Amino acid sequence: MTSRGPAAIDVRNLAKSFTLHNQGGVTLPVLRRLCLHVSAGECVVLSDPSGAGKSTLLRAIYGNYKPQSGEILVRHGDRMVDVVSAEPRQILDVRRRTMGYVSQFLRVIPRVPAVLVVAEPLRALGVGRAEAIERAQAILARLRIPERLWELSPVTFSGGEQQRVNVARGFIAGHPILLLDEPTASLDAASRALVVQLVHEARQRGTALLGTFHDTDVRERVATRVVSLSDAEAA
Amino acid sequence: MTAHALLTVRGLTKRYGDRVGCLDVGFDLWSGEVLGVVGESGSGKTTVLHCLSGRLEPTAGSTAFLQRDGSVVDILRLPEAARRRLARTDWALVQQNPRDGLRMAVSAGANVGERIMAVGARHYGQIRGQALDWLTQVEIPRERIDDLPGTFSGGMLQRLQIARCLVTRPRLVFMDEPTGGLDVSVQARLLDLLRGLVADLGLSAIVVTHDLAVARLLAHRLLVMRGGEIVESGLTDQVLDDPQHPYTQLLVSSVLQP
Amino acid sequence: MSGYNFAYLDEQTKRMIRRAILKAVAIPGYQVPFGSREMPLSYGWGTGGLQVTASVIGPDDVLKVIDQGADDTTNAVSIRRFFARTTGVATTRRTDEATLIQTRHRIPETPLREGQIIVFQVPIPEPLRWLEPREAETRKMHALEEYGIMHVRLYEDITLHGRVATSYDYPVRVNGRYVMRPSPIPKFDNPKLDRSPALLLFGAGREKRIYAVPPYTPVRSLDFEDHPFTIETWEQACGLCGSRESFLDEIIVDDKGGRLFVCSDTDHCERRRDRTR
Repeated sequence: MTSRGPAAIDVRNLAKSFTLHNQGGVTLPVLRRLCLHVSAGECVVLSDPSGAGKSTLLRAIYGNYKPQSGEILVRHGDRMVDVVSAEPRQILDVRRRTMGYVSQFLRVIPRVPAVLVVAEPLRALGVGRAEAIERAQAILARLRIPERLWELSPVTFSGGEQQRVNVARGFIAGHPILLLDEPTASLDAASRALVVQLVHEARQRGTALLGTFHDTDVRERVATRVVSLSDAEAA
Repeated sequence: MTAHALLTVRGLTKRYGDRVGCLDVGFDLWSGEVLGVVGESGSGKTTVLHCLSGRLEPTAGSTAFLQRDGSVVDILRLPEAARRRLARTDWALVQQNPRDGLRMAVSAGANVGERIMAVGARHYGQIRGQALDWLTQVEIPRERIDDLPGTFSGGMLQRLQIARCLVTRPRLVFMDEPTGGLDVSVQARLLDLLRGLVADLGLSAIVVTHDLAVARLLAHRLLVMRGGEIVESGLTDQVLDDPQHPYTQLLVSSVLQP
Repeated sequence: MSGYNFAYLDEQTKRMIRRAILKAVAIPGYQVPFGSREMPLSYGWGTGGLQVTASVIGPDDVLKVIDQGADDTTNAVSIRRFFARTTGVATTRRTDEATLIQTRHRIPETPLREGQIIVFQVPIPEPLRWLEPREAETRKMHALEEYGIMHVRLYEDITLHGRVATSYDYPVRVNGRYVMRPSPIPKFDNPKLDRSPALLLFGAGREKRIYAVPPYTPVRSLDFEDHPFTIETWEQACGLCGSRESFLDEIIVDDKGGRLFVCSDTDHCERRRDRTR
C-alpha cells in the first residue's frame, strides 16, 4: 500500500450498527472493526455493492452518523481530531475548514438561489460576498449550469442539475479532505467527465478523497486505490 | 475556540409539587452556536426557556453566563434589577406570539428604537435611521416605519419583534417557537431571515421548537427533551439522521414528508 | 373657626403628611404614597395640594392661591378663603409677599426666592402611565431607571407632528434621576423649575402621592439632541400691560370674535400696569 503523503483520514477499529427501537429493537450491524487510511493526494474508492455500508462509513467520517466504538482521526490544520469523540462545535469547525462532503441528494432550502447555495461554504470561511458569488458562478458555469438558473432556487431543477449544484458546493472551497457519496449519480457523460476533472485537480492540490462511484468508468478514471469494506474490516 | 462557554447550565430543575417541569437539565452554549431544544408538548422545553429567561423561578440549578466585560455571573441568582438590565441589552427573547413581545400602541419605528432609547440614545434622526436599517434587515418595507403594529400581518409582526430584539446586538437570543402560527410560506421566509441574521451577526441562540424542520434549518446542535429530561443531544444532523434514543427515533420517524 | 383643628387636618394627619413630604424632599422627584384624607372639595379640584398646604402652613405664613395664574377665579378664591377661615393666616395676591403659594396649572412670573414654598395641584402623578397601566410595573421601572418609554413618547410625537407636541405637564428629569410630571403647567414654566431657590411640593389627592423638588435642584425637560426643548412664544404682547415675556392667555372679548391676549399671571400684569401709571 503506497501513500502519497501524510495521513489525512485514519479510521481505527470503527464499529457502527443501527438499533431500531421502534421495530422490536432489532440491531443491524454494518461496520465491524474497520480500519482505513487515506493520505493527501489519494483518491480511495470503496468498491462494495450497495447496502454494504459505504455511505455509512462516509457519513460516520463526516460526523453525521455516530459510531458505537473506534476512532476516526482526520487531519485538521496541524492536529488530528477524532470525529467520534469530538465536541459538536469541533466537528462543525472541521466541516467548515477541512472536510467537504458531496452527497447523493441535495437538501434544498426553498428560497435560497443556487448561486448562494454554492457560495455558502466560502462565506462560512469568511470570504466576502462578492468574491464568493463570483467563484460560485465560475464553478456553476464550469459544470454547465445555465446562467438563467443561477438566481433560482434548485427546488425546481432536474435531478442532474441539482446534483451538479451539489458537486459545485462540495468542491468550491478546496477542502483538504473530500468525501464523495455517488457524486455522479444522475449525471450524463459530459457532466461525469467534468467531475472527474474536478477530482483530478483536487488530487493535484493534495486533497485526500474518499468516495463511492457507481459508474465503473468514472471509478477507473479517478481511483488511485480501490478498497473493499470487508477487506478493511479486521477478522 | 474560546476558553469559556457563553452560557453553562447545570442541574436545572423545576418542580410543581410532585410534577416535574424539567429535571436536571444541563448544557453548554458556545459563542456563535444555535442550540435547538426540541420535544413535544409537555417535554419541558418551554420550562427550560422560562427558567433561563427569568419568567419562572427554578427549583434548583446553576448557570454561568460570560458577560461582555469577561466576568461570569449566575443568571439565576442575579438581583432582579441586573437581570432586567441584561434582558434589555445583552439578551433577547423572541416570543411565540409577537404581540407579547411588542408595544402595539406605538409605531413600528418606536418599537425598534425603544431599547436604544432605553440605554441612552438621544438623537431622533439617528434613532430613526437605525430603526430604518433594521426594518430593511428584517425585510419590512421602510415606509411602514410610522405604522402601528396592529396593521401588520403575522409574519411581519414576528419580523418586527426580531428587529426590536436585535437592535441592541444581544449576544444571546432565546426564541420560543419563532415560526409558530405562521403560514408555511411565511415560515420559510422567516427561517431564511433568522439563518441569515445568525450567520451575519454571529448570534448565539437557544431555539425552542416542536418542529424538527425548523430545528434542522436553524440549529447547530440539538437537545431532545421528553418528560422534562434531556434524552439525547448532539450535532443537529447527527441527531436527526442517526438518532440513538428510542424516543428520538420515534420523533424523527413521525415527521410527515410532503 | 370652632370645631376644626388649625388648617382643618388633625395633627396626626399633618404629621403623616409631613413625613411623606420629608421623604419626598430627600428623594427629589420620587412619588411617595400617603394616606390621602377626605377634604371638603371633590377629587380633581385640588385635594392633594390642599392637604400639602394644610400640613405645612403655620400662623406666620402669608398665603397666595392662584388658579391658571389668576388670584380671582372661583377655585383660587374658594381655597384661599378656606385657609383664611381655618387658620387665620394673612393672605396676599402679591407673589413677592407670599411665603406659601398654592397653584393650579401655573408658576408665577415673578421669580421665587429662598424661603418660599410653592404647592402644585397634581391630577396624574405617574409619567409612565400613558404606556404602562400597571402600578407594580411602573414602580419597578422608576426603581430601575427604565425610562426608555418616556423618549418613545417624544419620538412618537415627533413622528406624528414633526415636533414634540406635548405643551403642558411636560415630563422632566429631576436631579438626573427620577422622571416626574410637573403637573399641568405649560412647558413655558418648565425652566422655572430648574434650580429654583424655592421648595417645590406636589400633591395628588386622588392618586395619593406626594413628591418634591428641594431648592436648587437641577430639573431638565426631556428632549432629543436634534429636537431640543423649546418654550411657547407669542407674536402679540399683553394687551393690558404690554409684557412680551409672560405667558399669555387668549380671551374672547365680544360676540364678534374680538380677542385680546393678556398675561395669565394676574399679579404680574397688575404690578406692571401699576409701574407705568
